[in-house]
Amino acid sequence: MLKINNLHVKLEAEDKVILKGVNLTIGSGEVHAIMGPNGSGKSTLSYVLSGREGYQVTEGSATLLGAALLDMAPEERAAAGLFLAFQYPVEIPGVGNMTFLRTAVNAQRKARGQDELSAGEFLKLVREKAKTLKIDADMLKRPVNVGFSGGEKKRNEILQMAMLEPKMCILDETDSGLDVDAMKLVADGVNALRDAGRSFLVITHYQRLLDHIKPDVVHIMADGRIIKTGGPELALEVEENGYADLLAEGV
Amino acid sequence: MAVALAKEDALAARLAALDLPQGGFTRAARAAAVARLQALGLPGKRDEYWRYTDPAALTAVAPPTAEASDAQGEVPVFDGLDRVKLVFVDGVFDPARSDDPTLAGAEISRLATADAADIHWAQGIYGALEAAGQNPVPRPLAALNTAAATDGVLIRVTARAARPVNLIYVHESATSDAILHHCIKIEAGADLTLLETGPAGARFNKVLEVDIAEGGRFHHVRTQGRDHARRAATHVFARVASGALFKSFTLTANGALTRNEVVIDIVGDDAVTHVAGAALGDGATGPFHHDDTVFVTHRGVRCESRQVFKKVLKHGAIGVFQGKILVKPGAQKTDGYQISQSLLLDDDSQFLAKPELEIYADDVKCSHGSTTGAIDEEALFYLRSRGVPVQEATALLVLSFLADAISEIEDEALQTEIFTVLEGWLARHKA
Repeated sequence: MLKINNLHVKLEAEDKVILKGVNLTIGSGEVHAIMGPNGSGKSTLSYVLSGREGYQVTEGSATLLGAALLDMAPEERAAAGLFLAFQYPVEIPGVGNMTFLRTAVNAQRKARGQDELSAGEFLKLVREKAKTLKIDADMLKRPVNVGFSGGEKKRNEILQMAMLEPKMCILDETDSGLDVDAMKLVADGVNALRDAGRSFLVITHYQRLLDHIKPDVVHIMADGRIIKTGGPELALEVEENGYADLLAEGV
Repeated sequence: MAVALAKEDALAARLAALDLPQGGFTRAARAAAVARLQALGLPGKRDEYWRYTDPAALTAVAPPTAEASDAQGEVPVFDGLDRVKLVFVDGVFDPARSDDPTLAGAEISRLATADAADIHWAQGIYGALEAAGQNPVPRPLAALNTAAATDGVLIRVTARAARPVNLIYVHESATSDAILHHCIKIEAGADLTLLETGPAGARFNKVLEVDIAEGGRFHHVRTQGRDHARRAATHVFARVASGALFKSFTLTANGALTRNEVVIDIVGDDAVTHVAGAALGDGATGPFHHDDTVFVTHRGVRCESRQVFKKVLKHGAIGVFQGKILVKPGAQKTDGYQISQSLLLDDDSQFLAKPELEIYADDVKCSHGSTTGAIDEEALFYLRSRGVPVQEATALLVLSFLADAISEIEDEALQTEIFTVLEGWLARHKA
């Protein structure tokens, strides 16, 4: 599904190297988690993969289902099946959540050569998906993320994911700012989307999200590299002992 | 001195080129307007009030040539609405293209016809609101209009008008110099929605005087047409009595030069006046200079006024906002609000803003703000990451930026019409 090879990235504005040779392969239907201390490059990795400006790839490559990801515009990556659930979803006043969702769904369908959904078909689909995420009609009507609580914003991200049906989902600290109940709701939403044809990369600081979204593989990232890879037990180890020992090992 | 003399010459030349009508019921108003004009002179770019907008093309003896632009099969705005259509072609009323001007709750007459009589209900309005609006800032183009206008409509509203009235301005001649003057009287508790659409002529000078009695309601929505080369100077003079409502929204897309002045005099208590505008200019399809100049005077107590102006500019387009709230002594509990914002889609465009508050009462709430900014890169990336192509995402963010101004329109169907016009414009101006 996703193959990252020796990826080196620096911040354009500051000429600061963030990623120093990341290698990662995620197979179809797999759930991988990346954990790591602040400033290790986790969020940068998610932004570089989704095409945010301000980063320069100096070496290495990334492919999604064999297609060179880093040459594509953000919208092309989305149409190819990549989805990033933002750590801080952006508020867009004046654009209704429904309009936003429909524009996104139809833009992707168009890019893939599929027919656009009619207003009726779209409405039916969005109501059905919103219900399972406990997103009410009012939240669908309001401007995108404006006045949403932290939990509502994250549920809205998962709703977008459910509507867009991507192949490769990256969740950037989706658990941040969520209480236990909200986290469970979001995790249930994600688990409902788990599928043999869909892979996940879950970026988190804490093990607790991984209690709900069970990963197949856990990676530890530090100083722009993946320093250790293991099974779910690796996350438990971090939870108990912190990163210090792993970092010492990695050096 | 040389400036004053040059101004006199310019005015003499302009007046000589116009065939000033004598007028019937408007006779005294017209004579007074000529006298006012002679005292004021035509505006020049050295005048403080015209600092950001050069009025030369508006005051010249003849208008610069302006071809009507191709409609490109676009559906005319408000087309699906049930309304009374009154059509002016290059500034002349065209009965053949217009609806029968009968409307339950209102009485509509044509200035050109009504002015044959010596007495008319509009006598206390024609040129009177304009004259009152010359203080403290002179507006000579409006005085010129009162002196020279031969056509326009006079609408007296006595109840809730059954349908909106749509004044449709058709531009056909490349050299037309349209001058129209409308008077509207909203009687106590009456209600009218006025729609204005179209570019009107190569050059357009329009005055709209609106007198709203106690508890009357006036809704005004206009679109100024897609013509690239046209020029316009418009004035709205409103006198607003106690408990009355005045709401005006203008959409301007294209046009070489537009100066829209709105002068509101709140004479009563507990009145509400909102004036809003959305302007879109793309210098790539012709020069664009748009100027919103607003002056709101609060005389009564507990009145609310709002000014919401948004401009989207690119490829060298220029936007201007001059807005003032004047709170007279005794106008306590005034709630005045003013915001002017521009979205610059590139580095070539310009926004010039001059917000002013002048307050002589001590128990009031007045605020103003003005901002200039570019597209929010975070929001753009967010939309693109969901698969929305960059041009479509930009268009969505432009609509998002304009939404506050459009939401000043109370009627949702009219809001939808405006959004449709905007979407069409954005689709034609992607680059």
